[in-house]
Amino acid sequence: MNFQSKIVMIFGEVRTNGRIHPATFELTAKGRELGEALSDNSRVSVILTCGKLEDDAHLPINYGADEVILVEHPSLSFPNPEVAVKVLVTLIRERNPEILLSPATPQGRCVFPAVAAKCRTGLTADCTGLEIEKETGLLLQTRPAIGGNVIATIKTPNHRPQMATVRPKTFPVPEPRPRKGEIVRPSLPQECFQSLADTLDFVPFQDRQASVRDAEVVIAGGKGLRRSEGFSLLRELADLLGGSVGATRPTVEAKWIPYAHQVGLSGQAVSPKVYLAAGISGAVQHLAGMQTSRKIVSVNKDPEAPIHRIADIALCGDLYEILPQLIQRIREERGTLDVEI
Amino acid sequence: MKVAVLIKQVPDTDEVKMDPETGTMIREGVDRTVNPLDLHALEAALCLAKKGGSVTVFSMGPPQAEEALRECLSLGADDAVLLSDRAFAGADSWATAVTIAAALRLSGPFDLILAGDKATDGETGQVGPEVAAILEIPFATHVIDIACQDDQHLVVSRNLDEGIQKQRFPLPCLLSVLSDLNEIQLPTLEGFRNAWRKPIRTFSREALGLPREAVGLTGSPTRVVRIDHPRFTRKTEKYAGTEIARGLDRVIEILREAALL
Ligand SMILES: Cc1cc2nc3c(=O)[nH]c(=O)nc-3n(C[C@H](O)[C@H](O)[C@H](O)COP(=O)(O)OP(=O)(O)OC[C@H]3O[C@@H](n4cnc5c(N)ncnc54)[C@H](O)[C@@H]3O)c2cc1C
Ligand SMILES: Nc1ncnc2c1ncn2[C@@H]1O[C@H](COP(=O)(O)O)[C@@H](O)[C@H]1O
Repeated sequence: MNFQSKIVMIFGEVRTNGRIHPATFELTAKGRELGEALSDNSRVSVILTCGKLEDDAHLPINYGADEVILVEHPSLSFPNPEVAVKVLVTLIRERNPEILLSPATPQGRCVFPAVAAKCRTGLTADCTGLEIEKETGLLLQTRPAIGGNVIATIKTPNHRPQMATVRPKTFPVPEPRPRKGEIVRPSLPQECFQSLADTLDFVPFQDRQASVRDAEVVIAGGKGLRRSEGFSLLRELADLLGGSVGATRPTVEAKWIPYAHQVGLSGQAVSPKVYLAAGISGAVQHLAGMQTSRKIVSVNKDPEAPIHRIADIALCGDLYEILPQLIQRIREERGTLDVEI
Repeated sequence: MKVAVLIKQVPDTDEVKMDPETGTMIREGVDRTVNPLDLHALEAALCLAKKGGSVTVFSMGPPQAEEALRECLSLGADDAVLLSDRAFAGADSWATAVTIAAALRLSGPFDLILAGDKATDGETGQVGPEVAAILEIPFATHVIDIACQDDQHLVVSRNLDEGIQKQRFPLPCLLSVLSDLNEIQLPTLEGFRNAWRKPIRTFSREALGLPREAVGLTGSPTRVVRIDHPRFTRKTEKYAGTEIARGLDRVIEILREAALL
């Protein structure tokens, strides 16, 4: 056991509406666990950068942070990687964290590589596992590689901080409990907030659905839907469960649904609690983006479809018969619950 | 406009093997192709350079990466640079970015650098932003639209989780692009013929003036220490025909266990 003070830093995410992204809490809790494995005297700092925070800055503390470093500035009202990079690099130089983590959201995937390059350190993308190696105290970072065919374990032996982006929903989010901690508003040089690129416009997506990566349940469709309207059936089911709609590449290429919904090697990698694949054959490139899901349900009329082989529940049949039945069953389920209450 | 495009040759099939000794990929004996998103970057570059300018493609890789560069030349790129040296082998994204940045400095300056948002083999999406940080130029990821505002500025749209961000970028800058950006063209017969007449320059580590410690596996801050072949063994329960109703009961149970109902 090491008694030296070690800092685990989390680059939290604040949405454009000023609310903290839940992946921040997930990583804060994980950061606490890693910190405790690292040293008896570790500190977890959560950095929040935004235009103006509309949430309680104390929230991350209840998930295990010792300190919230709050950086509010008008230049950060919209995603501003240039400024975020400068803020992070300044804070890293000041505080020398051992470990620096970010959710593998577009923000983290954009900002972290530039931070790593500026700090001349290593960065592991889209991790699905983090652990401290007992003998060395090094961070073991695991991530699926080559389309999920292998799981690579990576470490950064000689460079600091050890940096990783982490796929949201990888770790459980514990119940928050009241804890003590500090909220710090560092004074940073004005130069930090200058950027060469300015935001002209930000158009939020109309559908209120969570992005596929953030959803607890993903209802995904493939060519088996046969037409773009098929996605409204999936959306109905997703809305009912508070989830999001996923898609295979050919459906995106056919312009049935925007790219943001594509799951797989050249799309998003997701690990929701439940992934329902309807009319999807289960090509390796699709599996690459979803096979780490907690539970998988497949609906495909071809009993030999590869998707059935990796599913927990395989339903062999026509999706246009099965999904309406499922929707009906969920409605009934909700109905009986209402009656019981 | 002088545009540089970063392209990576990636395996075309799913049968990629790993070297159990070094934990890096074995690239021999697998069909290879240009990373699909890099072709979108190339298409955008060709479009932007139409009004005057040039497109240079860069790739770091083993000698056979030349095939990928030829493919880009046949699509219309003007010239190509291959960064190839035994010392580059085993590079992680940082060491790759250091090498590419050195080559861009040596052959530049460029007004614009385009990359794919991520490669299908490394899947890190890190090389683009790392190159930009090393060159100290502004950058954007997740780019789905690029338009010229004037000689000095681009208007760029980024597809983020929450919405579409439109930003004005000064030149030079680096953009990592997604497939929504454009439709890729197929090479023409004439393109194929022309490709053989166009130059491919090869730079070694020495030519780039990079120390051995900065490149390849030696220069990489990260180390792959273990490779596991996961087997996602799930006990599949299969339901068909009249059993579907029972299958749906199980789906409801799963949803309830996941607190979704
Ligand atoms: C480099 C590369 C990257 C790629 N990246 C991705 C990626 O990111 N994501 C991705 O998804 N793909 C990707 N692909 C494509 C991938 O290889 C497959 O082509 C694709 O996943 C197949 O999509 P699909 O399952 O929708 O279509 P299909 O393979 O055509 O499958 C349709 C399925 O629907 C079933 N079906 C038909 N009608 C019904 C019905 N009425 N009810 C129930 N089932 C029905 C059929 O039995 C069939 O199994 C990539 C490919 C390459 C080469
Ligand atoms: N070896 C390489 N040579 C040239 N460009 C590369 C190389 N590796 C990555 N890139 C570029 O960086 C992008 C992202 O790659 P990656 O970070 O590996 O996911 C690719 O789409 C390419 O544009």
